Amino acid sequence: MKLDRSVVTHMSKLARVELTDAEVETFSEQLSEIIGHFDALNAVDTEGVEPTAQPLPIRNVMVDDVSRPSLAQEDVLALAPNTDDGYLRVRAVLE
Amino acid sequence: MADLYYLTIEEAAGLLAKREISSRELTQAVIERIAAVEPRVRAYLAMTTERALAQADSADARIAAGERGRLLGVPVAIKDLLTTKGIATTCGSKMLQNFVPPYDATVVSRLFDAGAVMVGKTNMDEFAMGSSTENSAYHVTHNPWDLTRVPGGSSGGSAAAVAAGEAIYSLGSDTGGSIRQPAALCGVVGMKPTYGRVSRYGLVAFASSLDQVGPFTRTVRDMATVLNAICGHDASDSTSAPLDVPDFTADLEKGVKGLRIGVPKEYMPATLDAGVRARVDEALAALEAQGAIVDRDVALPSTEAALAVYYIIAPSEASANLARYDGVKYGFSYQQGEGMWDNMEKTRGCGFGAEVKRRIMIGTYALSSGYYDAYYLKAQKVRTVIRREFDAAFEKYDALVAPVTPTTAFKIGEKTADPFEMYLNDVFTLPVNIAGLPGISVPAGFVDGLPVGLQVIGKPFDEAMVLRVARGYEQTAAWGAKRPPL
Repeated sequence: MKLDRSVVTHMSKLARVELTDAEVETFSEQLSEIIGHFDALNAVDTEGVEPTAQPLPIRNVMVDDVSRPSLAQEDVLALAPNTDDGYLRVRAVLE
Repeated sequence: MADLYYLTIEEAAGLLAKREISSRELTQAVIERIAAVEPRVRAYLAMTTERALAQADSADARIAAGERGRLLGVPVAIKDLLTTKGIATTCGSKMLQNFVPPYDATVVSRLFDAGAVMVGKTNMDEFAMGSSTENSAYHVTHNPWDLTRVPGGSSGGSAAAVAAGEAIYSLGSDTGGSIRQPAALCGVVGMKPTYGRVSRYGLVAFASSLDQVGPFTRTVRDMATVLNAICGHDASDSTSAPLDVPDFTADLEKGVKGLRIGVPKEYMPATLDAGVRARVDEALAALEAQGAIVDRDVALPSTEAALAVYYIIAPSEASANLARYDGVKYGFSYQQGEGMWDNMEKTRGCGFGAEVKRRIMIGTYALSSGYYDAYYLKAQKVRTVIRREFDAAFEKYDALVAPVTPTTAFKIGEKTADPFEMYLNDVFTLPVNIAGLPGISVPAGFVDGLPVGLQVIGKPFDEAMVLRVARGYEQTAAWGAKRPPL
């Protein structure tokens, strides 16, 4: 199965990753080969089998609802390219 | 005295405790070794020399005050995807080129508390996606046994550093083989503990249901020592297992007599490199000579689907995890676009390398409407089947033994043009991540001067058995004591 260039372009939009035309071309070929190998899954009978999301038998780990020290706001905001009065600043979301 | 930089942790700790050497001397020896061989090996992304010498002096003061500890004053290298407070953590990516974390990963703080001396941060495939370290956004690392070949990956820098005498031990991470595969190709011991055994707090996330931190060492005894320091529950990682951790050195010397060892036949296919097969056969014979009961006819029939399961689940989780790199909170940020979305798409388009983008595309595809059931959900169900097959095998066997890689180290550039060819390197290691099991690579000899690894796989949380079998084998043939011709 050949993955059409338009599918790769659509995925890049969904993932918010800008790709060059050359990347779209290369990926459509490479992804076609890789996804072709996914058919190996069909050889395994999974009738009635539950999916495994992660291998540990633990579920819904809760922590006590008490305050505890965290990183300092100024240390964390210092990593951001654009801040304003304790907030992260971005360009307008709705135009 | 032998070269200090090639000491084991055990030897170094002995000399430090008797005060025959100081941590500063040992650290200085490692730093000088790095200066001598690093231009050829290129295992590191950054050196932390000043801090290392300060940590060495602090360790010497603790030793002088009477404190003793296996890791106290011993130099370590850290893969550059474990956060180090105040020291850049790039994950091998341009996206995090200027990222200086405000906190230490739990494993890093545990080592620092134990008195470790960090000499530097090691090279890796970008975001741990790769099997050769050629996907680093910075430079290629060379295999110390043959500088024209890859060290494996993604933790290739950590493996090469230990093999080349540029650290006494190191930390890496393993999502589909990223510790065991480079350990095999560089001739050192490398272990992925059970999923949940080691905290992932401060490990830059790749595929969260598969990722696990683990060490590289020169001996199995050293491996047990480092695991003792880094394993155990951490409230900061909700997927870390709330289980007690045994002393991993306790059962090490019990030997393999009477142990039931299974060899899955799917891991010894006709296509396996003849030299690798010969070394594994010799290792099995050595285990039998020590009294182990070896069954070479174990079946794990769904192994052939494991590669597909991995290359659906890992990219799917990666595509979600890497959504955080949006140019807003930290990391590379493109600011000159036409608006917020354009900035974000260009931030990610420029900040990520080809393999990372490729995997985000695969994951986005596998999770997208219309394909979710056929790919992601189906892969999760096959994951259950793979785990059940391992569980059934462990009712009959104490441990499973297999090769780590289908071949020895390949040439730099040999597999970069064909991603799928590169993915096949991990065919014997990634089922262990899918099932969440502990696995080790222990040196098993050479083919044409290149190292081969023997993989030992155990039940969940039975690292002690994995170490015992590996140690039993290592005693018959200490291949890890050989040094590369650097």
